[in-house]
Amino acid sequence: MAEFVMPKLGADMSAGTLTAWRKQPGDTVHRGDIIAEVETEKGNIDVEVFADGVIEKILIVPSEKVPVGTVMALIRDDSAAQQTAAASRDTHELRPKLASPERPKIVTARRTEQPADRHLAISPSARRLARELGVDPATVKGTGHGGAITREDIEQAAKTATTAPPATAAPPVDRAARLRQTIAATMSRSKREIPHYYLSTTIDMHRALEWLGEQNASRPVAERVLYGALILKAVSLGLREVPALNATWQNNQVALIDSINVGVAISLRQGGLVAPALHDTDRLTLEELMRRMRDLVNRTRSGSLRSSEMSDATITVTNLGEQGVESVYAVIYPPQVAMVGVGKIVERPWCVDGQIVPRRVVNLTLAADHRVSDGHRGGVFLTAVDRLLQHPEKL
Amino acid sequence: MKREQVRATVLEVLSQIAPEADPATIDPGVNLRDQLDIDSMDFLNFLIALDKQLHIDIPERDYGQLGTLDACVDYLAARSTE
Repeated sequence: MAEFVMPKLGADMSAGTLTAWRKQPGDTVHRGDIIAEVETEKGNIDVEVFADGVIEKILIVPSEKVPVGTVMALIRDDSAAQQTAAASRDTHELRPKLASPERPKIVTARRTEQPADRHLAISPSARRLARELGVDPATVKGTGHGGAITREDIEQAAKTATTAPPATAAPPVDRAARLRQTIAATMSRSKREIPHYYLSTTIDMHRALEWLGEQNASRPVAERVLYGALILKAVSLGLREVPALNATWQNNQVALIDSINVGVAISLRQGGLVAPALHDTDRLTLEELMRRMRDLVNRTRSGSLRSSEMSDATITVTNLGEQGVESVYAVIYPPQVAMVGVGKIVERPWCVDGQIVPRRVVNLTLAADHRVSDGHRGGVFLTAVDRLLQHPEKL
Repeated sequence: MKREQVRATVLEVLSQIAPEADPATIDPGVNLRDQLDIDSMDFLNFLIALDKQLHIDIPERDYGQLGTLDACVDYLAARSTE
């Protein structure tokens, strides 16, 4: 039996509110299906399931807010599902006119029991912080290794306690303010905990933009590729050469990530930003990458992101060039360990084969976590991205 | 197609791209990207929507002719009569 839990949709998320079930007990589900909608500080998210089977039981009712990791539904595995389906078919053949089978009852949320305080998995530092902030560790769900309660869990619990509305009240939701609070918490944590280092390079975009212009000239407007897709692809391939930047840092350990999922910082028209992931960007053709990027931007701005997009980014790219900014010194999204800032494409005098010529150039800045990589690796990465952009036809 | 029809279509598409903007307040002589905080993805969506509604595929080399509302209407009205 698989457990469908409240997902952690970002490092800053400690709890979410179930807003709707898309599937009901008895429904067959497949890995990747959207089965629930969850409201977070970043908006409503479509939550996918990562198991095949049949919904056995729903444990949480809509509008209930539960901590990350809470079991929300149980899913019978495929083989059992097939047996049951066969049995069900037999039954229906015998009793075709009977009323639809009774669905399992919805029961109250089942939460993992916390052990008594003396047995809590919590570091002395987190316990001290809990005392300072007036948080009872026994009420906090640990997200650390083996369910250990971390300082971040205590901070989140304190924040939730001070910001959560009374259970019986239904105050109006100021989503923009909540999103601002979430960004504030995440960025503060990043600057407090991550020793950032920054490296910057100016890249000649002449070949890339000329090539792209030629390609787009023969494409209908709906299939044109923006230069941002070229940069995302070059960053993705650069990460293959420097995997230390495609990683997470959690519980004082680095974990290299096999798949390259680039988070794209997308500003929202009502203010704030979200950085959902594009999956396996190193394996996509430019056309497919562009198609997915456009779809992601449109869905982000219309509020229909999927849970995996909120949780799977392994690095983030932010492009502020269109706002006229030439250099971007980004703040890393924890637990990621690197972020790439893209500036404005500007025309500058450039030296080519001993001649000064006008060239369109862009400034790329790497913000990286010094606990995980050193400037040498960061420099290798930026050099690789530059080299890749000089051969756009190979991207 | 008449200029008024083209203008109405452009404003309708812009209202989808920047729903918080009041079409009545758009200054026809001021750069649209700056005025409505439109980025390159918004602009691409704008062009795709215009193509769908007016059946005019605007090449990249002509993007510079679409800076303002008036310029858009001029360009599209001219293309619609071709």
